[in-house]
Amino acid sequence: MILLSITENIHNWLFSVMPAEVASIVEMVLIAVVYLTVFAVAGLFLVLLERRVAAWFQLRIGPNRVGYQGLLQTMADAIKLLTKELVGTDRADKFLYNLAPYFVIITALMALAVIPFSQEFHAFDINIGIFFLIAISSIGVIGILLGGWSSNNKFAMIGAMRSGVQTISYELSVGLSLLTMVVITGTLQLSEIIEIQKSGWLIVQGHIPAVIAFMVFMISGTAETNRAPFDMVEAESELGAGFHTEYSGMKFAYFFLAEFINMFIIAAIAATVFFGGWLSPFGITESIPELGVFWFLIKTMVLVFLMMWFRWTFPRLRVDQLLTLEWKYLLPINLVNIVLMAVLVWLNLTIRL
Amino acid sequence: METEVVHTNFKSEEYFINMGPQHPATHGVLRLLLTIDGEIIKKVEPDLGYIHRSIEKMCERDSYQQIVHLTDRMDYLSANINNEAVCLAVENALQLEIPERVKVIRTIIGELTRISSHCLWWGVMGMDVGALTTYFYGFRDREMINDIMEETCGARLTMNYNVPGGLMLDIHPNFVKRVKDFIAHFKTKLPEYDRLLTGNVIFKKRTVGVGVLSKEDAISFGASGPVGRASGYSCDVRKHHPYSAYDKVTFNESLKTEGDTYARYLVRIQEMWESLSIIEQLIDIIPEGEHRVKTNAVIKLPKGEYFQKVETARGELGVYIISTGTKSPYRLKFRSPGFSNLSLLNHIAVGGKIGDLVATMATLDLVIPDIDR
Repeated sequence: MILLSITENIHNWLFSVMPAEVASIVEMVLIAVVYLTVFAVAGLFLVLLERRVAAWFQLRIGPNRVGYQGLLQTMADAIKLLTKELVGTDRADKFLYNLAPYFVIITALMALAVIPFSQEFHAFDINIGIFFLIAISSIGVIGILLGGWSSNNKFAMIGAMRSGVQTISYELSVGLSLLTMVVITGTLQLSEIIEIQKSGWLIVQGHIPAVIAFMVFMISGTAETNRAPFDMVEAESELGAGFHTEYSGMKFAYFFLAEFINMFIIAAIAATVFFGGWLSPFGITESIPELGVFWFLIKTMVLVFLMMWFRWTFPRLRVDQLLTLEWKYLLPINLVNIVLMAVLVWLNLTIRL
Repeated sequence: METEVVHTNFKSEEYFINMGPQHPATHGVLRLLLTIDGEIIKKVEPDLGYIHRSIEKMCERDSYQQIVHLTDRMDYLSANINNEAVCLAVENALQLEIPERVKVIRTIIGELTRISSHCLWWGVMGMDVGALTTYFYGFRDREMINDIMEETCGARLTMNYNVPGGLMLDIHPNFVKRVKDFIAHFKTKLPEYDRLLTGNVIFKKRTVGVGVLSKEDAISFGASGPVGRASGYSCDVRKHHPYSAYDKVTFNESLKTEGDTYARYLVRIQEMWESLSIIEQLIDIIPEGEHRVKTNAVIKLPKGEYFQKVETARGELGVYIISTGTKSPYRLKFRSPGFSNLSLLNHIAVGGKIGDLVATMATLDLVIPDIDR
């Protein structure tokens, strides 16, 4: 409510001092700037979190010197990367080479726009929310393909080709597992999906098929973000650094940051679609809607932690096994699961609290 | 109307890729010239010489005591066993009677070295197939051995503990206790290794049936150590030509017949258990006595040719000395296990993916300075 009143005040003030068209453009820019700042910082925080979690798994301490418990470590890293010289390869396709990082980071940030952080904190509540998310997340791969292709480096190209194969395959599973849940909700709009979950989170409402869909979503979501055990694209021990071998400085940082924002997005979608988004468990804080952000972040962070856990425990799949997993296992499971869910909804067997 | 099929122009093209000399998977300055078709490996050509230091030539210049120090720098992960090989060769040539105490301590130290080498290998193996956490687990346990070595030998990696005629110093008073502590510690940690990596379904998918080496090929390529034993080739020097105190202990030669990457992995894990049992058998019966017999300050081997082989963590290390009766050898040749094991790579990696090559190479456990010397 406090947040709402602040934004409403700004909104009213803007419309009183300038014409309506200009005011709405200014508003859009303001929101974009706020989002960019918040999520650049959030991405840096995720990098730090990943490093600390990895250290915890690996009997290390992790960064704890810069700032309290190393909180400023990734800030310092980002500043270092900002000030570094951009070293590129000779005979690279300069235009595409420079364009690629922006594709990746922009698509990552665009996807954030539709995610509902709480009842009010929701920049862009379109009626095709889920569709928008799936569509946007598939554009990111273009950046990776371009980056790998234009670098004039064979390792980078292998990485890029792997990425193309992998992301296109796993998109199907991400999409289909989300569609499974749309069968229950009957809407693509994220705010309505959360509204429906007031009578029980979708993972409870849809029980068996929902749990299957959740698992498929987490697996394919991890694959979609190119994180271990599906990090074919980077595959440190095979390809050096994969598609971003030839990137340095801030361009490299964009790729790096995008990976973490994408991880956050996958976790956020899962939290929204399966675990009720900003709704509190059993409605315990229903009277205080400001806590929505808190609940949303708790759920998202648990899922982010799960993905980090995957990364630091599992070995990497081989590229053909990756495709076998998708086309021979996940996709058929998904298709059967959708039918199962449809039957469930048709026979009214969903659990409503 | 004519119908024509126009898809015959689709063909793939092979291309070269340089893996190394700076590449995370080659663990050193090894350069592999890969011929690849898409992801499939058509040919692997190792290119050596990036860390060649002419150790064999330097041996022709140095005295026998000095040669021992050079062997540390070959296979630095089994430094002690390399030292032992040269010392044994010199002692046999001089027909020195080595005290029992020295033999037992050499065996214990050698097995500790083997465990520490395998720990490092295990960590790196996990890292090569993408499980980064194993690296730190392996190093945690290796650190304990390094501490023991530091206390007794004075160094953690290149120990130089063996000298012709015995040991440089007697063992540290804490040695027995610390080794026992380590055994107790490591017995709880080895099952952890299995839980983290061995049984993992992705790990099995990556390794079972990958890089298969038949027994015949293993013999004809001169494979030794865990690589040969995983193919069913019984080649443990400790068993067949016991040296030091290996004839006093009972242990099993870990043999597998599959010959794939997973078998090589299991053989090494099994070897760590066997090494533990060897140390356990010896640690309580270290005989009293001298830690060193007197030798001349300048050792001159009688004219002739001498050969000694030992089992390092990587396989069979042979030392071949031709002496003309002077203070340094006329020619000294090391038969290093890494070199023969590397020669297999093209044979077993062709037809696999890039990921398979990395996994296969990890189980060959190559140490590049050992190959180049």
